[in-house]
Amino acid sequence: MLDMYSPGTSVLHRLTPGPKIFALMGLGTALFLTESTYVVAGALMCVLALYRLAALSLRQVWNQIRPVLWLLILFFALQWWLSGPMLAAFVVLRLATLLLLAGLVTLTSRASDMIDAISHGLKFLRPIGVNPAKVGLAISLTLRFIPVLAQVTAEVREAQKVRGLERSVIALALPVAIRTLKMAEDISDAIDARGFKS
Amino acid sequence: MNTKSIVYIALFAALTAALGLFPPVAFAGLGLPPITAQSLGVMLAGAILGARRGALAMLLFVVLVAVGLPLLSGGRGGFGVFLSGSGGFLLAWPLSAYVIGWLLQRYKGANFAMQCLFVSYGGILVMYAIGVPWMAVIAKLELSKAMTIMLAYIPGDLIKVVIATIIARGVRKALPNI
Repeated sequence: MLDMYSPGTSVLHRLTPGPKIFALMGLGTALFLTESTYVVAGALMCVLALYRLAALSLRQVWNQIRPVLWLLILFFALQWWLSGPMLAAFVVLRLATLLLLAGLVTLTSRASDMIDAISHGLKFLRPIGVNPAKVGLAISLTLRFIPVLAQVTAEVREAQKVRGLERSVIALALPVAIRTLKMAEDISDAIDARGFKS
Repeated sequence: MNTKSIVYIALFAALTAALGLFPPVAFAGLGLPPITAQSLGVMLAGAILGARRGALAMLLFVVLVAVGLPLLSGGRGGFGVFLSGSGGFLLAWPLSAYVIGWLLQRYKGANFAMQCLFVSYGGILVMYAIGVPWMAVIAKLELSKAMTIMLAYIPGDLIKVVIATIIARGVRKALPNI
């Protein structure tokens, strides 16, 4: 439900998330070091070619851009007004390239693989006190808590509606916070009782 | 770190995600960073969990967004978010929560107004100090222009500060040994 992964068998899909994340960071930095609109336009073409290579559709390209379309238009208009059409094109092209590149990593990697990659990557942090198993537990708990919170909120909202308090943010949020915090305490006891070493 | 702290951290990361389910208020057609309830999660994490756990909860949230889970309001997620105009604000969240938690722990006897001030230090000052220059660099805007745009967000943020402070005080009263 929370995954934006788009299944496929291309080279990009088969690559593990680690190298993809590093490549994204490297290319992202490189894009900020160049001042040339042509280089950025070329990079955009390369990224689109990579979408093609991963057998992703134009529609998926559009889905990456659509949420920030208004932002791009605003930046374009502002830059045109402040410093002319060339710089406006440069800024918008660079931003679009970065977004598409990041989207490419997200679309070709499963969220679970990304989480595994993070846990694996965190092993290097063990000497300074980071325990990958605990991070893994925290991640899984978070994903499980999101629907629980939505459910508790719905229950409290019903209860407050009866009292005529459905418009009060505090009357909703405070019981939700206290109830879920108490629940968290029970959960941590249950985890400890099952022998999770902390 | 004990199990209880880990569960609390996960809970507040999830709370911040759940707050993203409230529809964001986007300025008509403008498409700037939307006004969302999610920064309330940042303030609550710092104010209720304290500096260290609050910051870790937000760090966890930011990492989950970075790996591509669409946890931000409007279903945004993925590495690209950091490279968009609102990326700096997101990166500021762990530090924001830390500052709020630290100030509230440092001055335990503070009254309501002072606590609101502490929450706004972390939730507004720290967030803008990182977010606005970030936006200026990404969009190649002048800093002063980016700052002017952000003025529109201050009233909403002030309301969130007051709500967060009231909730945090209520929770502290009901569950003193978190």
